[in-house]
Amino acid sequence: MDAVGVLPLDVVGGVILLWLLLGLFGLVLQNTPHIISSVIFPLGAIAALAVAGTGLWALGEHASYAILPMGLPDLPLHLRLDPLAAFFLILLGGASFGVSLFSAGYFKSMQGNTLGLLCLEYHLFLAGMALVLLADDAYMFMVAWETMALSSYFLVTTDHHVPDIRKAGFLYLLIAHVGAIAILLSFGVMQGGHGIGAYTFAAMREAHLPVFWSSVAFLLALFGFGAKAGLLPLHVWLPEAHPAAPSPVSALMSGIMLKTAIYGILRVTFDLLSVQQWWWGVLALALGLITAIFGVMFAAVQGDMKRLLAYSSIENIGLLLVGIGLTIIFHVYGKDALAALSLTATLYHSLNHAFFKSLLFIGTGSILHATGERNMGRMGGLIRHMPWVAVLMLVGVLSISGLPPFNGFVSEWLLLQAFLLSPGLPNSYINMLIPVAAAVIALAAALAAYVMVKFYGIIFLGQPRGEAKAQPHDAGIWERIGLCWLSLGCVALGLAPVYVVKQLDLVTQVLVGRGLGNAAAGWLFLAPVDIERASYSPVIFLLAVLGVMLVTALAVRHFYHGRLRRGPAWDCGFPAQNARMQDTAEGFGQPIRRIFEPFFRIESELPSAFDTHPRYHGRSDDRIWFALYLPIKRITEKFSSWASLLQHGRIHLYLTYTFATLVVLLAFV
Amino acid sequence: MSIPFTTQTINLLASILLLIAFAMLSQRRILSLINLFAWQGLVLSVSTFVVAYSTAQRHLYYSAALTLLLKVLVLPWLLHRLIRKLNVKWDVETLINIPATMLVGIALVIFAFNLAAPISQLSESITRGLIGIALASVLLSLLMMITRRKAISQVVAFLSLENGLFFAATSATQGMPLVVELGIALDVLVATFIFGIFFFQIRETFDSLDITHMEKLKDD
Repeated sequence: MDAVGVLPLDVVGGVILLWLLLGLFGLVLQNTPHIISSVIFPLGAIAALAVAGTGLWALGEHASYAILPMGLPDLPLHLRLDPLAAFFLILLGGASFGVSLFSAGYFKSMQGNTLGLLCLEYHLFLAGMALVLLADDAYMFMVAWETMALSSYFLVTTDHHVPDIRKAGFLYLLIAHVGAIAILLSFGVMQGGHGIGAYTFAAMREAHLPVFWSSVAFLLALFGFGAKAGLLPLHVWLPEAHPAAPSPVSALMSGIMLKTAIYGILRVTFDLLSVQQWWWGVLALALGLITAIFGVMFAAVQGDMKRLLAYSSIENIGLLLVGIGLTIIFHVYGKDALAALSLTATLYHSLNHAFFKSLLFIGTGSILHATGERNMGRMGGLIRHMPWVAVLMLVGVLSISGLPPFNGFVSEWLLLQAFLLSPGLPNSYINMLIPVAAAVIALAAALAAYVMVKFYGIIFLGQPRGEAKAQPHDAGIWERIGLCWLSLGCVALGLAPVYVVKQLDLVTQVLVGRGLGNAAAGWLFLAPVDIERASYSPVIFLLAVLGVMLVTALAVRHFYHGRLRRGPAWDCGFPAQNARMQDTAEGFGQPIRRIFEPFFRIESELPSAFDTHPRYHGRSDDRIWFALYLPIKRITEKFSSWASLLQHGRIHLYLTYTFATLVVLLAFV
Repeated sequence: MSIPFTTQTINLLASILLLIAFAMLSQRRILSLINLFAWQGLVLSVSTFVVAYSTAQRHLYYSAALTLLLKVLVLPWLLHRLIRKLNVKWDVETLINIPATMLVGIALVIFAFNLAAPISQLSESITRGLIGIALASVLLSLLMMITRRKAISQVVAFLSLENGLFFAATSATQGMPLVVELGIALDVLVATFIFGIFFFQIRETFDSLDITHMEKLKDD
């Protein structure tokens, strides 16, 4: 191992303790809020960076173990840091570094006692997520998982005075717990009735369950982790909780917490269960495709910027699940090179999504502070007032749209390569499914770009649409640093895919038995399978783009006569122009709403042509909510009303219940 | 086979206890109910004393004294004071169908004896036939709690239920450790105080001690 004797696990454990301490300090320092925001949050950020660095270190090391001297009798807490956990630690540390720095500025104006509590919950949340990744037995995992769920619940309900936010938080908590039960049951199935000692992950790896029970475990895990990830039809909490939460919290939840669910699925499927079934892959693929399309469609019709991003997260989770499904299929059929390719794409996209989605969410935080609005319909023209935020968010928008040379492109390209390069699999149905799936992925990616054009265009371009604040201010220094870090991450991940893929090979080797390797074997070109078939070099692409721009600029300069005349823009012959004539968020989403009309539950109200104060009102709701959740709610209410039949308010009756129970027990037991 | 005199005495006392339980079940007047409760306490105290004498266990004498003090003097006095303050001294409860209640009570006694038979076989003590009686008086008190409508009579029923338990503990199985008995005695005393406070609260709220009014508290 290491000469100094310090293992990566020790460092991460130390950081987790530091986070907990920082959280407690935050609680103690309630009376000096400026210290919390300008000392504690940056310290937490540095700790996060240490986590990321340790993760990078641990990728190349052997797995390190630790057993903590606490926990249940016969089941002390086990920790383990292997390459898979290390990769997700990099993700956690890298993204939360930026978000914590941003938070230092964002929470500056908050009340002392609220800020103290928030600081505690925030760092507890980070520690919980790190412990989820390190856990090596089911008990530790569930404790960390619940810590994560509860602390994020309290973070979501920071503004608990608002009834809608309480409702959103409740929905989140409810679904989180339904999911947690499924995960617990899945662990129960995997330990196979061998007593409490079998709840360690090491014992589960050795269990070799029969096919039926391993399928049950997989399905339960998919359900449980899917509930956290926002998989259809368990996604309903996401679009409610994200707008309710403070922006940095949304960034952590969407950027990192959803990835812990992806981590859980990968851990259970490829590590704890020794044998996979091909139909698991098909199921994951199908669910992922539906989730992706659903998410992007709903993102297109949203008017609230954070809701839009929440739906976009659902779409990205769908893409990740497609990657996992594809990996399972290839792995089962022994196509290890392709399995490694699709797993690389999945992991890469997780990392990318963590960066660009956190970037966009904290960006909306700055906008929210500047304008006090979440509704895009009242924004517009912010690029003039908030140039920093506008430029940095442009990086995020380009990344999430999957445009080269940014990072989103690389992972989506790798995923599509995995589809396109797939040779004949021994199952003809899957062979037919895969091109269709590739087409759906392409559609989702294109629609995502459409959504982002809407997002960026409506917020930053054009004229102010509503009576927003007179002069929106740009982000403060801490916020800028956070935004800069995350957008730098997006650019770096986009420009250095060869290096990233080389690191990811260490993870895929553990999970599916081999790495992608780089066929081109150079630092310049990324070629997943064969350089003859497909290769990509972001650096050359960037140089080409810059070259064309330079040449064009020089040419224009050469032919341009140099005389300058400023005049009013052409007003189409209609002189009275105002901000209401611009395209609105609803208007931009209209084509999608028309095309995919059957998927939405639309209620809209159009003003008559003679209305002097026309008001347009439109809502697109989720059919799943009405078709699935409301019936469940009604059934639950019915059952509970039966239970309330027992309640009469008459003491005699209650005493009779006691009496009858006593007599029955005495007579029969 | 001749039965020792002490055992005969205890058996006699036990039957009186049961009889009083039936009397309480059918008693309409609250004042008489409290007096019956005091008598039951006295019987309990005497039977504990006899057991203490026959088995020569010193701590049972303390138990007997404690019972005499608490259940014959203090609690009835407290209850008398309560009904005087609440002005319900001469209240008469409208009991529904006393004969039917008595019949149910008899069925309960048979049930209790039947149930206690196997336990009594195991018991080595001199008073092994008494577990059935103790159990029967517990069940009868529970039945009384169900059939009563006034809060005070329910509390009396509760206290007499405790008497039945105490009888089971001392007479049938030769007593619990003294500490436990002291604890229970204190609990009962405190419970009575709390009930007293509740009576006033109930009357404040509903202008009556009739607990049928509490049905309004139900959540719809």
